[in-house]
Amino acid sequence: MEHWSNETPLLASNTPLTHHSNTPTLQYSNSSPMETILLLAHTEADGSLAKSARESLHAARILNKALAGSSLVVGIVGETVQAAADSIAACPATKYFGVAGKDFAQSRYASDAAAAEAICKAARATLVVAPATSRWTRVLPGVAQRLGGRADTHVTGVADAGGKPAINRWYYRQRMEATLTRAQRPWFILVDPGSQTACECGAGTAKVENIPVALPDACKRTTEMGIREPKADAQTIRPDAELLFVTGAGWTKKQADGQTHVPEAEKLIRGFLQVSRASLGSSKSLVDLGGEGQAVLSFLSHLNQIGQTGSTPRHPKGLSTCCHGEEPHTVGWRFINERRAISLDPNCGWARGKADVLYVADAFAVMGKVNELLAAQKS
Amino acid sequence: MSIAYQIVVCGSLVPDPLQTLEPVTGPAGPALKNEMMLPAILDPWASHALYEAANLAKNSPGSKVWLVSLGPKAKLQQVMMTIAQKVPFELIALDGPASGFTEAAEVAAALAEAISAIPGLDKSKLLVFGGWESASRGAGVTMQMVGERLGIVDQFQGVDELKIGADGSLEILERIEGGKHQISKCAGAPAVLGWATGNLSEPKNNPQVGMVNMRTVMPALQKAKQVKLAGEGLSFASVSLPKQLRETKIVKDKSPDAIAKEIVEWIKK
Repeated sequence: MEHWSNETPLLASNTPLTHHSNTPTLQYSNSSPMETILLLAHTEADGSLAKSARESLHAARILNKALAGSSLVVGIVGETVQAAADSIAACPATKYFGVAGKDFAQSRYASDAAAAEAICKAARATLVVAPATSRWTRVLPGVAQRLGGRADTHVTGVADAGGKPAINRWYYRQRMEATLTRAQRPWFILVDPGSQTACECGAGTAKVENIPVALPDACKRTTEMGIREPKADAQTIRPDAELLFVTGAGWTKKQADGQTHVPEAEKLIRGFLQVSRASLGSSKSLVDLGGEGQAVLSFLSHLNQIGQTGSTPRHPKGLSTCCHGEEPHTVGWRFINERRAISLDPNCGWARGKADVLYVADAFAVMGKVNELLAAQKS
Repeated sequence: MSIAYQIVVCGSLVPDPLQTLEPVTGPAGPALKNEMMLPAILDPWASHALYEAANLAKNSPGSKVWLVSLGPKAKLQQVMMTIAQKVPFELIALDGPASGFTEAAEVAAALAEAISAIPGLDKSKLLVFGGWESASRGAGVTMQMVGERLGIVDQFQGVDELKIGADGSLEILERIEGGKHQISKCAGAPAVLGWATGNLSEPKNNPQVGMVNMRTVMPALQKAKQVKLAGEGLSFASVSLPKQLRETKIVKDKSPDAIAKEIVEWIKK
């Protein structure tokens, strides 16, 4: 027998810092095999649901179909939630819950935690499936703690394991994959965006049960001030791009003439990004060179870094240039479907066994021609 | 207004990223082959958190940094030989597994308990730092759970920058989707910050810092509390390496023009 636990914080404080919603504490029996699957989403700035929310709904539906007797419900947090609920009203959810208001428009731990907690309690959710957006990844593990449950992020698959839910996720920075189950409830399952197909259920009119959540001042100490982003023409990270263009340290090394050609490399890479609309990734070594004050590609930052200590983006295609290295570095394109590489080294560990095609060639020469061809096609 | 912060950094060990890793089934569940033999480093994102903590402490007179680290005592000692030369801190060692397959909630419980036991801890000055994810479990779960256990609801993840305002407020840049940052302003401590890379380079080894740190590191290791992580309720059905090895077609003798044409056709396909 498990129950919702709101544990007392270890550090005493004169003012209660944790806010727990005014929903009464519920006794929850884990002895029943009936799972209540909650799709928990937040709205975007325009009140809509992101694609990642629909992908999580798809995962929730997989579990709902597989687990006999389970029910599917939806919870949405945002300034307004009706339009978002209506947009997926044709899905087989039996109930819709919402926490709405100006306080819930911004992405903030304290208010998001209070809202998510209230919905989970109202829905009596045992499985909470949510998109692993930056907003939910920040807060839902804390909500799991608050409710005595568990949380798994970067989930790439869900399945039925003999009547129990199971998930797939990667360990050691995408170097090994595990399938696991958990006994604890509620179990928060945060699904990696891009890992599922988006649910295509249609629109309608959803009857949303609005749950009132009054935030104490202690939950309003943080304010979202805005978003900082590069200018449109300088934005090199494009999650929805068809192609990931990976640049390695070779671009900054001495070339056949014994000289480095960093300005030329920069021009070629920028040119390619402009005509191809690809997303730019970089190996760690190239990003680190910038941090050490060396003259390298000015537009690269740690945000571009992919691999062992960077991101592992999902794109249909990937083209790596001047990259080298062995297994630990190649995890950066673990989730790239079609891969090609340009390198002067035919035995390059980045490419052999990892890429579909390896062009043994000078990337400066090839990319110059690629840019010419793409520009000619555009004009 | 200058605040003397109490900055607690949570950071554990991970295998050196250049090592080959292979999962095996041990008596307590999945583990790494020859795990105890693998050279270890302080988790990369936790390292950034530690450097940022030290930088903040340097610029906020009277501040102090603690490093709370859960790992096998022998390996902690090995890693501290290097990391203790980087920046000043006081180590709080917990002797237990540092495997990626340990349960984040149990790790969080152990870390929170160790933090709350720090003598003279003042919550109004407390900043809890850590990496936003480890390079082992890679969950991005532990810091939030530590924060909840400590009763801290101002939490930030994927942090790349922290600025302290004249009024003691915290301006924080967090990574969000699409290569952007969210800017948030928090009234002040206490707060939890899970760091991404930040903006600081790795500090050079400083033997003098190392000597000062080692005065507290060795006693901390000797009195490290043993932590058992049972992984209750967690069951691994399988752990495996990705099998797909691609049949790479090597194209050696084509001109740049021909290769470019082929690549453009592939991109447009």
